[in-house]
Amino acid sequence: MLRLEKRPSPSKLWNYATPVVAVLLTMIAGGILFMALGKNPFEAIKLIFWDPLFSEQFASYSRPQLLIKAGPLILIAVGLSVGFRAGIWNIGAEGQYIIGALCAAAVALAFYPAESWLVFPLMIIAGAAGGWAWAMVPAILKTRFNTNEILVSLLMVYIAEKLLAAAATGFMRNPQGSGFPGSRNIHNYASASNQELIANTGMHWGVVAALIAVIFTYVLLQRHILGFHVQLAGQAPRAARFAGVAPARLVLMCLGLSGAFAGMAGMFEVAGPARLITIDFNAGYGFTAIIVAFLGRLHPVGIVLAGLLLALTYIGGELAQFMLNLPAAAIQVFQGMLLFFLLALDVLSNYRVRLSFPSRSSEVV
Amino acid sequence: MKRRELLATSAAALGLAAVGTGARAQSPLKVGFVYIGPPGDFGYTYGHDQARLAAQEHFGSAVETSYVENVPEGPDAERIMTQMALSGADMIVATSFGYGPSLNAVAQRFPNIAFEHATGYLQEAPNVSLFSARFYEGRAVIGTIAGRMTTSNKIGYIASFPIPEVIRGINAAYIHAKKVNPDVELSVVWVFSWFDPAQEAAAAQALIEQGCDIIMQHTDSTAPLSVAQERGALTFGQASDMTQFAPDVHLTAIIDNWAPYYIERIQAKLDGTWAAENVWLGIGAGEVAFAPFNDRIPAEVQEEANALIEAIGSGAYHPFTGPLNKQDGSAWLAEGEIADDGTLLGMSFYVEGITGEIPG
Repeated sequence: MLRLEKRPSPSKLWNYATPVVAVLLTMIAGGILFMALGKNPFEAIKLIFWDPLFSEQFASYSRPQLLIKAGPLILIAVGLSVGFRAGIWNIGAEGQYIIGALCAAAVALAFYPAESWLVFPLMIIAGAAGGWAWAMVPAILKTRFNTNEILVSLLMVYIAEKLLAAAATGFMRNPQGSGFPGSRNIHNYASASNQELIANTGMHWGVVAALIAVIFTYVLLQRHILGFHVQLAGQAPRAARFAGVAPARLVLMCLGLSGAFAGMAGMFEVAGPARLITIDFNAGYGFTAIIVAFLGRLHPVGIVLAGLLLALTYIGGELAQFMLNLPAAAIQVFQGMLLFFLLALDVLSNYRVRLSFPSRSSEVV
Repeated sequence: MKRRELLATSAAALGLAAVGTGARAQSPLKVGFVYIGPPGDFGYTYGHDQARLAAQEHFGSAVETSYVENVPEGPDAERIMTQMALSGADMIVATSFGYGPSLNAVAQRFPNIAFEHATGYLQEAPNVSLFSARFYEGRAVIGTIAGRMTTSNKIGYIASFPIPEVIRGINAAYIHAKKVNPDVELSVVWVFSWFDPAQEAAAAQALIEQGCDIIMQHTDSTAPLSVAQERGALTFGQASDMTQFAPDVHLTAIIDNWAPYYIERIQAKLDGTWAAENVWLGIGAGEVAFAPFNDRIPAEVQEEANALIEAIGSGAYHPFTGPLNKQDGSAWLAEGEIADDGTLLGMSFYVEGITGEIPG
């Protein structure tokens, strides 16, 4: 019989090996799935994992796209990871992302069409402040009235979505848009535009901000007393209290930080790749970032890798869809498998698998 | 700038490759479709996919179609269209107005690819063609049927987003229901989504609770029909024949028939005569059609509806013919005056008699 035995400390070897094994297992299981759908499994796997990076036809375009897709995911996930480590669950990054974008767009549209170097930095501040403020609602409700931040932050997403729809169809609607919803094209407004910094690299200010956030979070968690408090609160809440950690302050800090990061991600997106405020502006980045955070084991460097991996499966998945006429659902199942194997194999780093024989063990007992 | 050049050169390289292989006439014309929803919605995207399949069948091996479903408007759409272009597509069809900014950006980078944009309004490149259907003509017909069939004189309308397309449909339905039944009242519920079965079902429930005995929808799921079937309210299908979801109460459906247009445009691309256009076709061109009428509709009402379809199709009658006032009572169209397409395309007001406000 298979038996799991808890390791005294997580296995270093398996910690690094599980992602590789998980990707291999996903390729095998996914290959079987694609074969069952009547497609060439090797071609499908190659389209998903290889072609976006190395094919002559696509790579020069899709490699930079990897950064564009992963940038907001990483920025949001890094912010979330701090709270998650402390056991503070911000599930509403999607809403904070929307509000950040709305606030930034409001700044841009207020200045339009005046050209000034001030507009862009103001938009970043507005985006961060908007996301922060939206996260303060669950934070204050939790610290004052002891509400559950998971529920409140999630429900605030739906409010943000309604505000977004109202903005796109109402108060932010492009006056020259023939009555169609959607704001002015902010990307085409030079002072507010989040352009590529180096041509054809995908590197825009949002990606830079994500990298800064990664370094900032790494230093915070490893070197700063606040990082220590976060870890302590997550692992031993009672001990944390004795060590002088103020839980209310920690809640405000963690939700505020993740909200500000998510808001900034929204700002860079609306001024860059998304180009404008639309009804469906939020494409689920805030929710996907939760997966990225856990996939990266709540570690800043892990999150960068997880964000890039997920972006790769998105971009490769799209390629596979129209090159092989695969249904979107098959790609989603494939992505689901990857997450499943990654998380399921975690068991190997925390547990040892033992083979034992029931007859003998019953004698012992 | 540099990125644009690089993409342009890669596009040019693709073009050269096409010339280089010489006998390219043999290789099929590649057409990529970008769908806003799933083909299995039985509504809007289903309609486009049926047309894609019809075109594929029509041209056989001369054309190769592919699609990506559930593509969100914004950066994802732009990336997918670019990758389609890089994969050698000759024509790209995008099915939602929100793809506009992305589609135009991609079109500028790939001048040799024909872009067909459904329900859009932006034409910033010479290779962007716009097409849409005069669905309001269909709404006028089902409005007439609803006006005749309601007994509570209350009609419920599930609306998606307050955009001209949807407002136009509400006005057309109301004007024609009112014409045959002066006591008719219209209640509109906005769900702010094109496809949200749960919300659409909730909206249908709420409207029935308020006493509406006929439900119309400008959303794509079949959920409102299931609710209507259960509660015994009458209803209409959206974009395709939805009889199977409400066999007893499905009166008819406005069917989106894009196939003739797709076939015509692909043929033009094959012939090398494709040029950007901006077309708005309706019943006359067969782009707006109807599902078979339910036997519950009395013969004289069926006759009346068929006569209206005939009149609109032949151009003898326009659903927006004066006298018509705006909701606030101000004059819009004088006796016999017909609304111009510009006003209809940007319609952002209710006609007189509709209660409630347009949100936003």
